[in-house]
Amino acid sequence: MTVEKSAELPEIVFPTPREILFRRTVRHKGFLIGAAILVLIVAVALLAPVIAPHDPYWQDLDHRLQNPVWYADGSWDHPLGTDNLGRDYLSRLMYGARISLLIGISAMLISGMIGTSLGVVAGYFGGRTDMVISFLITTRLSMPVVLVALAVVALIGGSLTVIIWVLGFLIWDRFAVVIRSSTQQLRGIDYVSAAKAIGCSTPHILVSEVLPNMLNNLIVVATLEVAHAILLEAALSFLGMGVQPPLPSWGLMISEGKDFMLFTPWIIAIPGVVLSLLVLAINLMGDGIRDITAPEGRS
Amino acid sequence: MIAYTLKRLGLALLVAVTVSFVTFMLLRFSGDPAVALAGPDATPEEIEIVRVTHGLDRPLLVQYVDWGRRALQGDFGISPYFNQPVEKIIGNRLSITMTLGACALSFAIVLAIPMGVLAAIRPNTWIDRTALTVSVIGQAMPSFFFGLILIIVFGVMLRWLPISGSSTWKHFILPAVALGYYATPAIMRLTRSGMLEVLGADYIRTARAKGLRAGKVLFKHALRNAIIPVVSLLAVQFGFMLGGSLVIETIFAINGVGFLGYESISRADLPMVQAIVLLVSMFYVVLTFFSDLLNAYLDPRIRVK
Repeated sequence: MTVEKSAELPEIVFPTPREILFRRTVRHKGFLIGAAILVLIVAVALLAPVIAPHDPYWQDLDHRLQNPVWYADGSWDHPLGTDNLGRDYLSRLMYGARISLLIGISAMLISGMIGTSLGVVAGYFGGRTDMVISFLITTRLSMPVVLVALAVVALIGGSLTVIIWVLGFLIWDRFAVVIRSSTQQLRGIDYVSAAKAIGCSTPHILVSEVLPNMLNNLIVVATLEVAHAILLEAALSFLGMGVQPPLPSWGLMISEGKDFMLFTPWIIAIPGVVLSLLVLAINLMGDGIRDITAPEGRS
Repeated sequence: MIAYTLKRLGLALLVAVTVSFVTFMLLRFSGDPAVALAGPDATPEEIEIVRVTHGLDRPLLVQYVDWGRRALQGDFGISPYFNQPVEKIIGNRLSITMTLGACALSFAIVLAIPMGVLAAIRPNTWIDRTALTVSVIGQAMPSFFFGLILIIVFGVMLRWLPISGSSTWKHFILPAVALGYYATPAIMRLTRSGMLEVLGADYIRTARAKGLRAGKVLFKHALRNAIIPVVSLLAVQFGFMLGGSLVIETIFAINGVGFLGYESISRADLPMVQAIVLLVSMFYVVLTFFSDLLNAYLDPRIRVK
């Protein structure tokens, strides 16, 4: 009697890395929620000229501080009401998403370039180079971001470009710290040694061997820094030294609504909640990407 | 330990000098102080006179060295707005900001550490998830928006607490909450992960095995070890808070250094702005210096590195 049963067992199929990644992504609730909110906000930002019900700058002084539609006197003409100059709040909110995203992404790109370059160089070469760059990082961390950004923007004069550059030059520290330690870990790894052995140039090793292998870490920091830049822009604009009126920056909208918030609390609640949602979505995605790509590192 | 201390001290001094240099140059390159001093209606001739009388026509490096030398002696120049020495004005306001910072830090500790400990004792339960949710939302909400909500709810709707000024202890409650909550997610997460790590350690199993009460194991054996990295984080967070208190002080009209900084920036009062940026940076440098020392003292492995 031979045992034939084993032949009936299904063949074991190992999932490919891509499939594993996909499964983890679909199961990660935080990432999905964050992605959903972010996709929605990005879509609204891109489509603002098409879907906004009114011109965000058009002032209708006869209909100032009109309540949103859920109040008894609200109307669908202005679903989120109007501000103190009679401008349609929903339209301003939609165009405001463009400002937040533009500043967040641009500032992240600038700070990412600075921080990643510094981090890779410090981590790869070590020694004196590392000492100097670590010192730069410590120095940067010792400077109060809000205070310095505020002072510099105020002196130069606030505008979209100025804010992007000032923030870009200020918030590279996390990039540098994370990329530096990732590079240190990769430095001794076999494929880097192999690339050295076959005579690849140092820039080639850095760009083609080291950088691609820490892309996950880079993406996580990049996401979190977009959120960081958005929050800083909002704070600067709130303090009146960021994006200048009449641009519909969410921080500026809260600042302009502040004087009326006791009678019409929604005027600060709406941009505030949307701003928090955007930052929350980006943070959820950043944390999600970290969990999905490196589940063993979860605390 | 002495060698380590000296090395750290040297580094801290170097950072302090570099920060002062960078901020000095940054402010000088961002705008012309002579124009700011002379006021908006000044003619070009008047601006030139201001430039020469304040020594702003000299090379930048000379101006920096001169400013730095006086700053070391505690002389930060005269504020053109107050017409008084900068250090005198700041000195009057410093205690208010320190009080606010201390209250905010206490609030963050009282909220974050028990939450982190609870989350670590019962990982992946509703307690853990609630703590995580609170921390994720806390990180997303801008502090000025949270401050305004506090004003509307507790100051205006419920009328429990005053919303502006700093005359009584009650005035500090709302701003301290608004400032402190921003530090809670980081503290909570670190407490949680530290506790999780420690609770899995052998000596905790031993302590439990020999029949110690759960509470004693938790607080005497686990928390004491898990709290070490949290303490140094607290020092760093306190440094951040002094920088961040600018926004909160402005919202609640608290006459501290942060509000002074904001007003001075609006008035282009450069000597004042320079002194405040330097002061906040120095505070951060000193705090991280002590937190490094504390870490090295508690964990000898750091000293060798």
